[in-house]
Amino acid sequence: MSQLTNFTKGFIKENPVFVLLLGMCPTLGVTTSAINGLGMGLATTFVLVMSNLVVSLVRNFIPDKVRIPSFIVIIASFVTIVELVMQAYLPELFESLGLFIPLIVVNCIVLGRAEAFASKNTPVSSLLDGLGMGLGFAFALTLLGGVRELLGSSAIFGIDLVKGDLMLVFILAPGAFIVLGYLIAIINKLNKAH
Amino acid sequence: MEYFVIIVGSIFVSNIVLTQFLGVCPFLGVSGKLDTSIGMGGAVIFVLTLATLVTWIIQYYVLNPFGLAFMQTIVFILVIASLVQMVEIILKKVSPSLYSALGVFLPLITTNCAVLGVAILTIQKDFDLLEGVIYAMSNAIGFTLALVIFAGIREHLDLMEVPKGMKGVPIALIVAGILALSFMGFTGLV
Repeated sequence: MSQLTNFTKGFIKENPVFVLLLGMCPTLGVTTSAINGLGMGLATTFVLVMSNLVVSLVRNFIPDKVRIPSFIVIIASFVTIVELVMQAYLPELFESLGLFIPLIVVNCIVLGRAEAFASKNTPVSSLLDGLGMGLGFAFALTLLGGVRELLGSSAIFGIDLVKGDLMLVFILAPGAFIVLGYLIAIINKLNKAH
Repeated sequence: MEYFVIIVGSIFVSNIVLTQFLGVCPFLGVSGKLDTSIGMGGAVIFVLTLATLVTWIIQYYVLNPFGLAFMQTIVFILVIASLVQMVEIILKKVSPSLYSALGVFLPLITTNCAVLGVAILTIQKDFDLLEGVIYAMSNAIGFTLALVIFAGIREHLDLMEVPKGMKGVPIALIVAGILALSFMGFTGLV
């Protein structure tokens, strides 16, 4: 596999949200607006890239039996860094993402990529894989957040298109499930067409 | 009374899966059959309550006195992971029958964000130990309730004629959305 496909496969073909169905909790929980989705996506991308890189660098030194706990410690360290940096420099975003920042630790995408890809590949391909998967995740979250924001509060990235709220249910919990259901159906259709 | 509010509040009003979006992965993953979902629910109730008890004690007797609160995420996930491993080993020795019922679900629970999420929420909400344990247990019961209802619906869904593109996950998500809508009916109960 060439380095380019390591990077691009995360967008549509192996998109972590729409195709692999990983990381559902933050996907549904934070996407009340496009900007929240993007923020969460980029925070996860950072953790994914760094943990993939480090896991791949130490892959030959870690005994097989303790590899999962070691991966978790590596991931948790980077999550703590993101948590502290966000709290200091982006307090508003940190407030609205809330609990889901520390929960990046248990996001199956991060541990999944560490175990399935980074522990077997070179640092460069792992870095690209992490970046691609992370951006694919960010893309999915921004899309879902954008659709929900548009339908629910008739705005996009916080800019009002129409005054007042439209269908509030799309901002509330049920809307997350319903919009994601339809988006996955559409992506399935597109993937089959190609 | 206070405890009653916590119990009803976390099972129905702010149901952990359907309004707080914690533990959605196992909610979608193991809801194919009714009996596996009951097994998973039992394992989650057990581990979540135990994990919250242990993490509460660690937060207030280890992290806070030594000023290590920023280590919360790392410490909690390690505690939960080792706790799950320990429960697995103990169950295997003490009660093989319970182990064969819950065993396969235990490793999955480490990456169930409901466990870490509830442990952190308990600290954020400033509960004392008893309130925290009650909160954790009722959240886990809420998870099991949602999971069992959803599994029951999905078993029927398999027999229905669904448009081709919507088969499988998309229709399941939409059903979950409708389930969440009906749980919104509990809003304002407490």
